[in-house]
Amino acid sequence: MENKKGLFVKLFLSMLQISAFTFGGGFVIVSLMKKRFVDGYHWLDEDEMLDLTALAQSSPGAIAVNGAILVGYKVAGFPGMVISVLGTILPPMVILSVVSVFYNTFATNLYVALVLRGMQAGVAAIITDVVFSLGAKVLKDKNYLHDLLIILSFCAVFFLKINVAVIILVAGVIGLIEGRIARRSA
Amino acid sequence: MSLLLSLFLSFMQVGLFSIGGGYAAIPLIQNQTVAIHSWLTISEFTDLVTIAEMTPGPIAVNAATFVGIRIAGLPGAIVATFGCIFPSLIIVSLLSYIYYKYRSLSTLQSVLSALRPAVVGLIGSAALSMAILVGTDKIDGTFNFLGVLAFAVAFILINRFKKNPILIMVSCGLANLLLCLVTGFSI
Repeated sequence: MENKKGLFVKLFLSMLQISAFTFGGGFVIVSLMKKRFVDGYHWLDEDEMLDLTALAQSSPGAIAVNGAILVGYKVAGFPGMVISVLGTILPPMVILSVVSVFYNTFATNLYVALVLRGMQAGVAAIITDVVFSLGAKVLKDKNYLHDLLIILSFCAVFFLKINVAVIILVAGVIGLIEGRIARRSA
Repeated sequence: MSLLLSLFLSFMQVGLFSIGGGYAAIPLIQNQTVAIHSWLTISEFTDLVTIAEMTPGPIAVNAATFVGIRIAGLPGAIVATFGCIFPSLIIVSLLSYIYYKYRSLSTLQSVLSALRPAVVGLIGSAALSMAILVGTDKIDGTFNFLGVLAFAVAFILINRFKKNPILIMVSCGLANLLLCLVTGFSI
């Protein structure tokens, strides 16, 4: 890995950039982090990214902040974590401070609304791309229980609106039982 | 001083009890800022949610900055934001440590291998919800062809041609503005 200082700068700037453009929920930031840190810098592999997403999603607090802590810790230990979190919270803090002063002008501005609406199409495309690449990775293992889990967790959250922390917990228990059975029969 | 402390403690509770991201945090923020402390009126709170939707960043961090700056200036914003990420810093860094120490254990391996497909399903749901939002006209709720077209083009550029996702996202926004200025149509 490159020298520490360069690494810190890269990590900080990446999180700053990702955080400044994260409109929408935590999955958008996780998708952007995957594109940057898995596909771009190869700091993490895809399995790791999925694990970190599950941890970020099922821990208390904002997914973006949790994801930043996990990636920062992995890349450069405790200092990495601090740098990564700072990069994540600075853009919303600065933007919100400015916007709270100019709120009325901002909210009613047609141009702002048009740009934001257009960006939604791009955001949807990014998340879809991440679903395809991470999904392909799971399907490659040819484990039918896991293939079924993709569909079940999708339906549980999309149609039944079940709390994601509950879904992750149930999936974890299924994995635990599956592992026990596999080891017993081995 | 006591105001800064209560800002810190309030947003620490928001950070500690909101599991599952943005929308889970909204009722907690409302409870702390409107019901318990009367820092905001309900109308100001609605404005806050609108701002949070229109700006980047986690809603809890946005709320902490917004409320903090209004009632105690910049120190308030910093203290409230720190309060809201404080539980994450403790809990998630502990989890990182445990994950990297024990992830080679076979028990944890089997748990993680079942979590991965579940996470794919969760992200899939988020993707479909956003695609539906983009594919629906925002005024009359009919099928929005331009929105779907923009989505498809952006997807192909990212997935096939490996273009920078942030660049694509910003381009989509500017393209929509330009389209509306030139033709009067928008997605």
